[in-house]
Amino acid sequence: MPAAGVVMIIAVVAIVAAAVFYLVSTIVALRRITNGLDEAIAGVVAIIDKSAPVADVVNTINQNLDAGVDLLEGLLVKKAGLADAVGLIDGLYPGAAAQGLRNLPDAKRVKVPRISEVYTRGTLTLARLGREAPIAAASPNGPALRNAVYGSKASAALYPDGRPGRQPSLPRSPVIGVDSPVQYDPDEEVGGPRKRLPLAQERS
Amino acid sequence: MTLEWIGDVILLVVVLPVVIYLLHGVLTAANSIVPSVNRIAAAAQRGSADLDAVPLLLHTQEQTIATVGVVADYGGSLDVILDDAQGA
Repeated sequence: MPAAGVVMIIAVVAIVAAAVFYLVSTIVALRRITNGLDEAIAGVVAIIDKSAPVADVVNTINQNLDAGVDLLEGLLVKKAGLADAVGLIDGLYPGAAAQGLRNLPDAKRVKVPRISEVYTRGTLTLARLGREAPIAAASPNGPALRNAVYGSKASAALYPDGRPGRQPSLPRSPVIGVDSPVQYDPDEEVGGPRKRLPLAQERS
Repeated sequence: MTLEWIGDVILLVVVLPVVIYLLHGVLTAANSIVPSVNRIAAAAQRGSADLDAVPLLLHTQEQTIATVGVVADYGGSLDVILDDAQGA
């Protein structure tokens, strides 16, 4: 065999050997890629399975929260009035007045009273909860938040002629003991109303 | 004979380096994908682990329903106790 043929064979063998080496290495790398993709696919499938019920649950939670917000907003507006309600919300959450109330588009056009610049949150809460709180009393500048006199129709109905002052004399506490002037019969007293004795007799 | 030597030279000097260069490029590209795929797999597994708390949403859902119910009851009581605003 001529020398040129031997060299050609060696060259071809070298080319094939290089091709085999690199192709096998590539196959090994591709197998590692396949294994990695299998793990990734398994993780993604797990994510899909776990996140499947999230949308329904979150939607249900949002619906309930929306109902709660609607209820509280409606109650606040009903009890405090639209302007004061927006002012109170803006006092607790600065900037919230710009967003208005969801079910009351007119809330965005209300001139918001600057309640938070005058009263603290705790005072605002007390003022809203207790209609006869000191903050609601008449001040030299006029009513603070609500009219103290007409703010409570229910309490005013209890005293149509005005709230009574202190009684001139109150019945004294009964004297008890074996030497007490009035002896109570436990059989009569237990479970029954207390005897209303004449004032003079109670004082004796 | 001369042509055979020329062919040998071409095979050794041109074809063999070109084959090696191209196959080396393919192998380098394949090897560069492996770390990325491994990172993707690890991220998917971590993401899956982060979602293990999703069942707690069911408890949150129940608590939300109960809380809104209590708020509704409390609001109903306040509606009875408190007077409406003037003009309301």
